[in-house]
Amino acid sequence: MNNELIYIILAIGIGVLLIIMAIISILNEKLSIAVIAAGVVSLFASILFLLMSAPDVAMTEAAIGSGLSTLIFFYVLNKIKKYND
Amino acid sequence: MIKNFLIGLVLASFVFMFYNLYITYEPKTELSGIAAHYAEKGGAEVGAANLVTAVVVAYRGFDTLGEVTILFLTASIIGFFLKLSKKDEERVIVHHGTSELLITASQILIPIIFLFGVYVFMNGHLTPGGGFQGGAIIASGVVLSIMANPNREINHHAILWIESISGISFIIIGVLGIAIAGGFLDMRIFGLGKFGDLFSAGAIPVIYSFIGLKVGAEISNILNKYQKSQKES
Repeated sequence: MNNELIYIILAIGIGVLLIIMAIISILNEKLSIAVIAAGVVSLFASILFLLMSAPDVAMTEAAIGSGLSTLIFFYVLNKIKKYND
Repeated sequence: MIKNFLIGLVLASFVFMFYNLYITYEPKTELSGIAAHYAEKGGAEVGAANLVTAVVVAYRGFDTLGEVTILFLTASIIGFFLKLSKKDEERVIVHHGTSELLITASQILIPIIFLFGVYVFMNGHLTPGGGFQGGAIIASGVVLSIMANPNREINHHAILWIESISGISFIIIGVLGIAIAGGFLDMRIFGLGKFGDLFSAGAIPVIYSFIGLKVGAEISNILNKYQKSQKES
């Protein structure tokens, strides 16, 4: 019972952090901060998947969502900056 | 004004949809139908300790073949659009130097990351993870090596050969299933072995290793194209 309560509090806390990060990534003026916030959203989502006992999905989310897609966003940002200058 | 109204309308319809889902939702207390079959007989029929892998590779092997094809198409389309001209190909990426920390860390970490990726896809039938996750981990090792040295040349021919040979082997094992076992992509061609061993669950470790190599090569290829696209400045 006590264990379950800790689990629920943890899940709700991570969910709230996830929503805050998503709002930051939408509203922030600086694009680089927005991209990092989007990566952190994926990281929190992968922790949530792990808590819901889906480790396979969590691994995919951590590797693709917060690792590779963040990097590709940065490559594209770099490219856009060069054209805008 | 009308824009805000439309946004509000879309949000209201979402609320309506999800409210309907929410009031009719009842948590299930036990598995039913095909899920119960997988959970009860998956271990005996397929021999994989990780039931997710049993479903992904054995019961739904054809879907996995489709997923691999989609990833292949994505990689080839990105390669097609990011192709550089001969003149741009000879340029180098201008950067402000990488930090000593990143270079030293990459020398120590890259072999470990590759090893972990290989571990994840070799043990896909025993522990969480599998070909797709292992391939993505290998690609993140490639990312680290590119970040440490932005002008590093990735061997394009090696990627091409690994990718093609893994894809063809996947199909060949699938076709062998028709001849030896019960049908296309039937995993029982090597015998099931002892439950929980590394070499068990028929062809699942072999297939997942090929998928891991293929996914790793494809994502590395995409990253290589993005890296090269930074050249024209």
